[in-house]
Parts: sequence; C-alpha cells; structure tokens
Amino acid sequence: MTINHHLTDDLIRSYSAGILPEAMDLIVATHISLCDECRAALCAQDAVGGAVLERARGEAVSDACLDRTLALIRGSDRAAGPARDTRKPDAPHDPVLPAPLRDYVGGSADAIRWRPVGMGVKQAVLRTKGDAKARLLRIPAGAAMPDHSHRGIELTMVLKGAYSDADGRYARGDIEIAHEDLHHTPVADVGEDCICLAVNEGPLRFKGILPRLAQPFLGI
Amino acid sequence: MWEFIFDPIPKRPRNPVMYGGVDTSKPDDSAPPARSVPAFDRISRRRQGRFMSRPTEGVAADWIDVIIRIRDHRDETAFVTLFRHFAPRVKAFLMRSGADAALAEECAQDVMATVWHKAAQFDPTRASVATWIFTIARNRKIDVLRRQRRPEPEDLPWGPEHEPDQADAIGLQQESEHLGEAIASLPRKQRELIEKAYFGELSHTEIAQQTGLPLGTIKSRIRLALERLRHAMDRS
Repeated sequence: MTINHHLTDDLIRSYSAGILPEAMDLIVATHISLCDECRAALCAQDAVGGAVLERARGEAVSDACLDRTLALIRGSDRAAGPARDTRKPDAPHDPVLPAPLRDYVGGSADAIRWRPVGMGVKQAVLRTKGDAKARLLRIPAGAAMPDHSHRGIELTMVLKGAYSDADGRYARGDIEIAHEDLHHTPVADVGEDCICLAVNEGPLRFKGILPRLAQPFLGI
Repeated sequence: MWEFIFDPIPKRPRNPVMYGGVDTSKPDDSAPPARSVPAFDRISRRRQGRFMSRPTEGVAADWIDVIIRIRDHRDETAFVTLFRHFAPRVKAFLMRSGADAALAEECAQDVMATVWHKAAQFDPTRASVATWIFTIARNRKIDVLRRQRRPEPEDLPWGPEHEPDQADAIGLQQESEHLGEAIASLPRKQRELIEKAYFGELSHTEIAQQTGLPLGTIKSRIRLALERLRHAMDRS
C-alpha cells in the first residue's frame, strides 16, 4: 500500500507532546497504524521528548514516595507474578478499521452504526472528549459530500475506497488536511463506497440551505 | 527556573534509609550504575528476547542494563537507581503540565510502577529508556490531567520471536545521546522553547505557527534518528 498524503510534522509533534483533543489523537493514531513513514517520524519526535526529559531539572521526590512505589510493585508482583510481555496480540486484522478505531466502534466495520445524513451519505459520530469531533463517513460510489467549509482544520483519512477533490485523489491511508474556510466537495470514486474518518476542530458550515437546517440534528 | 543540567547529579541531602533490604543510600542516585559484568552477555533470553545480547556503550546503554535487571531479576536496587534518576524528572514534567506537587508525585509513582511492570515491553531498537519513560509519563498526563483516552497506533505485526537487531539498537541509543547533546548545546532561549513544546506547554496552534521553533541544529539529528528508525522497521 502506497500512502501519498501524510500527517504534518506539527501534528505528529503535538501528538507526541500529548496536547491534541482526543478526536485528533484518534486520527493521528489511525494514520500511523497504516503508515510506517509517520510511525518513524513519531518515534523521532518522542526521542526529542525523551532527551528533554533526560536533561530536565527534576523536582525533589520524597523518600515516602519511593516507599509507596516499592510497596506498589511488590504488592502487584505477588498478585501477578514476574514480568512478562502481557500485550495481547492485536485482534484479527480488519481490512477497514485499524486497531485504534476498532476500540471506538466496538468491533469491526460491521459494528458501525450508520445514520443517514442525506443524499445517500451516512455517518457515525464517535464518542470523544475535547474540542474536536470525530465521525466515520460513508459516501456512496460516485457521489459527493455536501459542499462545506469549516472553522479550524478538518482532517479526513480514507479507510476504504477513494475520493477526489480539487486538491487531489485520496485512497486508503491517505490523510487530507484542509485548513479553515477551504470549500471542498469530495467525490467518491465510482468503483465502491468510500469510508473515511473525518475530524473537525470546529463545526462544519454547509453552503446549501438544506444541509444547514439538518446540521443541528446530525451532530456535526 | 527550568534549566537543562549538564552535570546531571543533583546535590540533594539524602536520607540513608534501607528499603526492605534495598540500600537506597547509594552515593550516586542519578547516573546509571557502572556495570560489573556486561548485561547483554549475562542475559539473553530468546523467548523474551526483546533486548540485545551484547554490550553497547554510553549512558543510554547503561539504562538499558538497568531495565534488563528489572525485567529478568526483579532487581529492586536497579529499580531504586532508576527511580532516583527519573521520578524527579517525571514529577517536574507533570507539574509543568499543571499538576500540583502532590498529584505530580502520585503520578510519578504510577509511572515508575508501570516501568517495573512493563519492563518486558521495552524495545531498544525503537526508543531510549528516557524516551520510553517520557511516553509513559505523557500518557499518564493525558489520562489524569486531561481525563481523555489516548488512542495509540496499532502495533506493528511483530511476532513473539521478534529479535531486535543489535546494530539497530546500538545505533538508536547513540543517536539518542547525540540528540540530547544537540539540544543541550542550543542557546538557552531556544532550549526553553523546545522544552515547552515537548512538555506540552504550547498549544497545537502555537506549535503549528512556530515557524521559528528553533529546531535548527536538532533537525538534522531528528532526521538521523528517523533514518535509524525507518531502517529498524524495515528489518522487522
């Protein structure tokens, strides 16, 4: 799989610093699940964090704190036995949803609870905290998303199928970063339905009157 | 207030107490202990084989030795050494993110306990010990201070037989040290800005607008680290 559209350095750096709203963390983690290039870039950003931590001046920690920590590790070692690599192997690979998304959907792509939003487009809002919203979108083959702009940035990552807009073509793994007030109308390829993860910093602003009226009910 | 320290040995009064047989009054609480026997010679377990089996050089490699002793021998003395070095730094990291001293200490405690429990998951081809602890501390911060879930990328499909390549691990540890040196050599103001960015004191917008985020000299170091990591991933 060739990924042509990647995360920006500042998004990866912000993910490493842990300052993004949950929905943005989700799309970053989802992209990195499929993209070795950005995975390596994240490790490099984390390495800077580690180097900063290593050279930072510490705050004195009491001996009581060490005592409590030792009690903690002894207690749980008695309960759980010695160190083992306890990571569970990832659930069987899902051709549509990488692991971080499966956690939010509660299963594979079959478990997504789609709601129609008009013109054949369906969506499923994912539950996240913070100032950004995440939703899955399903655009019928050959159809267009309603024309919209947005406050803040909008990140869209393709999970299945492909779409094109004025900026190019996006297929599985590709991420599009649209800045404020960019009007764009993604059109799905004709071959199959296109499933995307979309994350918005601010509410969407649709051009047409009907989508605008519908917006409050759709939670977007 | 916050400065990088080039001599990383804090001059603090110490309380020479014995912790259930663990001598915590060791003369140097901040540097990893010098090895008597090269750890990678002593320990080479294939099944848990996530570490190299021969020695490397440098401080970063010494911390790996400490993690191995924790992993394989549940060595509390090694853990205390690690704690004395990293817990104050983790506490400071959390305080800068807005935790008060008590909460920061409680979190530092959890972070260090996590290091103990997850020692078997540490992979020296992907991170230095400091980097690994940084990621654990950051996740704890998101959990406790921001009360948010932290979606993590799907792990690479490495089987349990995955044996990290030693050259990759040595290269990465050396690269980490060079990166640290590059940061330390930055002018003070620039270092402070880097600290702010990686300790989560700048917003995403601020980071995005930081065309002047003084990555200058460390940029090439980041790129080299990146190439190491790419290489390590290609082989896995």
